[in-house]
Amino acid sequence: MTLRQNAILEVDALERRFDVSAPWLNRLIERKPRRTLRAVDGVDFVIKRGQTLALVGESGCGKSTIAKLVTGLHAPSGGKISFYGDRDRLQMIFQDPFASLNPRWRVARIIAEPLRTLRPETPAAEVSARVDELLRTVGLAPADGLKFPHEFSGGQRQRISIARALAGEPEFLVCDEPTSALDVSVQAQVLNLMKRLQKEMDLTYLFISHDLSVVRHMADVIAVMYLGRIVEIQPTADLFDNPLHPYTRLLLDTIPDLEAPCRDRSPMVGEVPSPVSPPPGCSFHPRCPLAFDRCRSERPQRRASVHNRRVACFAAEEGSSDVQ
Amino acid sequence: MSDVVLDVQNLRVEFPTRKGVLTAVDDISLQIRRGEILGMVGESGAGKSMTGMSILGLLEPPGRIAVGTIHLSGDRIDNLDDRGMQAVRGRRIGAIFQDPLTSLNPLFRVGDQLVETIRLHTDLDRTGARERAKDLMREVGIPAVEERIDSYPHQFSGGMRQRIVIALALCAEPELIVADEPTTALDVSIQAQITALLKRLCRERGTAVMLVTHDMGVIAETADRVAVMYAGRLAEIGSVDDLVRRPRHPYTTGLMGSIPSLRREVEELQMIPGSMPRLNAIPKGCAFNPRCSHAGARCRQEVPRIPDTATTGAACWLAQTGTTVTQGEPA
Ligand SMILES: Nc1ncnc2c1ncn2[C@@H]1O[C@H](COP(=O)(O)OP(=O)(O)OP(=O)(O)O)[C@@H](O)[C@H]1O
Ligand SMILES: Nc1ncnc2c1ncn2[C@@H]1O[C@H](COP(=O)(O)OP(=O)(O)OP(=O)(O)O)[C@@H](O)[C@H]1O
Ligand code: SF4
Ligand code: SF4
Ligand SMILES: [Mg+2]
Ligand SMILES: [Mg+2]
Repeated sequence: MTLRQNAILEVDALERRFDVSAPWLNRLIERKPRRTLRAVDGVDFVIKRGQTLALVGESGCGKSTIAKLVTGLHAPSGGKISFYGDRDRLQMIFQDPFASLNPRWRVARIIAEPLRTLRPETPAAEVSARVDELLRTVGLAPADGLKFPHEFSGGQRQRISIARALAGEPEFLVCDEPTSALDVSVQAQVLNLMKRLQKEMDLTYLFISHDLSVVRHMADVIAVMYLGRIVEIQPTADLFDNPLHPYTRLLLDTIPDLEAPCRDRSPMVGEVPSPVSPPPGCSFHPRCPLAFDRCRSERPQRRASVHNRRVACFAAEEGSSDVQ
Repeated sequence: MSDVVLDVQNLRVEFPTRKGVLTAVDDISLQIRRGEILGMVGESGAGKSMTGMSILGLLEPPGRIAVGTIHLSGDRIDNLDDRGMQAVRGRRIGAIFQDPLTSLNPLFRVGDQLVETIRLHTDLDRTGARERAKDLMREVGIPAVEERIDSYPHQFSGGMRQRIVIALALCAEPELIVADEPTTALDVSIQAQITALLKRLCRERGTAVMLVTHDMGVIAETADRVAVMYAGRLAEIGSVDDLVRRPRHPYTTGLMGSIPSLRREVEELQMIPGSMPRLNAIPKGCAFNPRCSHAGARCRQEVPRIPDTATTGAACWLAQTGTTVTQGEPA
């Protein structure tokens, strides 16, 4: 398999459950059973070195949980994560650039921290030269190192987070909604910067967003998630040209399109069900216009023969020969 | 001109601080007609919410309207006292905010909150008001109304809560609804349901809507006209189609170019260099001039304004003196 040869991350049947039961005494008194929430429910994907794989999906589908599993902030309840890179060179960028920056530290110290952790013996002069260089790389000035985070705008703070992540000489970056808190004009600056850095430093991104247009711009491969599962995974252009899963299609039909506005778009019906008691069979069946009997009892599997082009849907499986 | 519901003229909102007076909204004029949805866009801090709050009479002191007038269907409302404004708010202007929980009391059943509001603004009795509450819940798309009417806000999903808030805003059949980021906290599939609902209500009831959002896609599919704010001022106002396809203000052009496309692959997004100035450092002349590649001597001296009574226009010297900036050109 040529594809796996330059894989940097392989995720296999990954699961993460959370115990969301009421406290023990309440359970006893009210006779309530234990309740488990399957935040990530059998997910697999492969990321090739130097590429971007995006996870996209609505709130609560498990994107951040996967990010935390990959970075080791959560332990998996099942399945396997194989990282073929250097664990010390895996960094993360969060959605809220303010919450993730220490407000009492000057920016230079914030950026220097991962470098000091990675190589504690580095002489101070070298650290400060490297910090200046990183500030320039992300479009800030060395003088900005003397300021505090609150003196910067949202976009500038996210640049500081990126500079800090780069200080750890990463090869793999997990980016959880890195521009969701930013204005579009600022988002453009950050996305362009991330693309440029990826090319220059051969970075690999696991890129998380709920915004399909952002994902289209950034990703080589897109995985669409619904209720803890990947329902479809395809190379970016293919996903947009030929979406296979009914949920992906509805999503693409639902999002407002600036270039081809449709003023009487009919929205998708219903809501995402609770992940504590997901519908049996295909968990999308209550909202799916194509659902038939089998969908209500049996869970569709993504066919595992070919990587990065798979769909978990009985209708798509039966109806199209172009699903490889 | 009798179908003008909201008429804002030369609105200026100031915040006196120890270091001087900050101007959060500077010389905004706009109108919304019956059944019309006006979108308000602009980056964070541009003054969208302050404009909405001024109209609702909800500016937090020391913020104050320093200059300008606001008329609602011909009646001046910016100079009303608290009681007068309270009567207008709720009865004649409905409000929908980003977080539905700011509009709902967590301790009361949603049905009771609707009934209270309806009784406050109409002369229906308790039974009549409860029937009306059920009708409204059905109208905003709450399933199984009989079962849900006695639930508490926390028993609803975010999208359902926002529907309840819309039902609350509709209780008194207001002439105007000010909706400030009503779908920002919601998922895309739910967001589409809520905007479709707003559009339908606006069409069926003739309600005028001010829709504040940072999502240009939502504006393109929901609003009739759009106002672009920058650093407290109106940069451009016009029909949605014109602004999206033929933006005239260099800031609008840059904004449109910075949005990633759903249909095309672009190697690099257009960028507007720099960032929006803070309120205490707004440059002289055109507030956009330090970031504008067309800026000339005049831009650094004189503030460009949208001509009075214009329903379409750009506050830009370049645009006003005849040259149009097209979307393909770098801003
Ligand atoms: N520590 C936890 N304990 C219990 N449940 C959790 C925990 N962390 C996440 N969950 C639940 O797991 C599910 C997935 O959450 P996750 O944060 O991964 O979603 P997400 O896709 O990142 O959503 P969003 O777009 O809102 O960030 C949600 O239902 C969430 O409530
Ligand atoms: N109490 C206050 N004192 C001083 N300035 C204030 C106060 N409240 C708001 N402002 C300022 O007024 C300006 C306009 O704020 P406003 O909330 O209207 O922005 P907005 O366009 O709604 O932004 P967002 O998209 O973030 O909601 C901002 O620069 C803000 O910092
Ligand atoms: S498996 Fe059935 S319910 Fe699920 S998406 Fe496919 S057709 Fe719809
Ligand atoms: S007035 Fe001048 S600086 Fe301002 S947007 Fe127009 S050309 Fe640019
Ligand atoms: Mg998340
Ligand atoms: Mg606001």
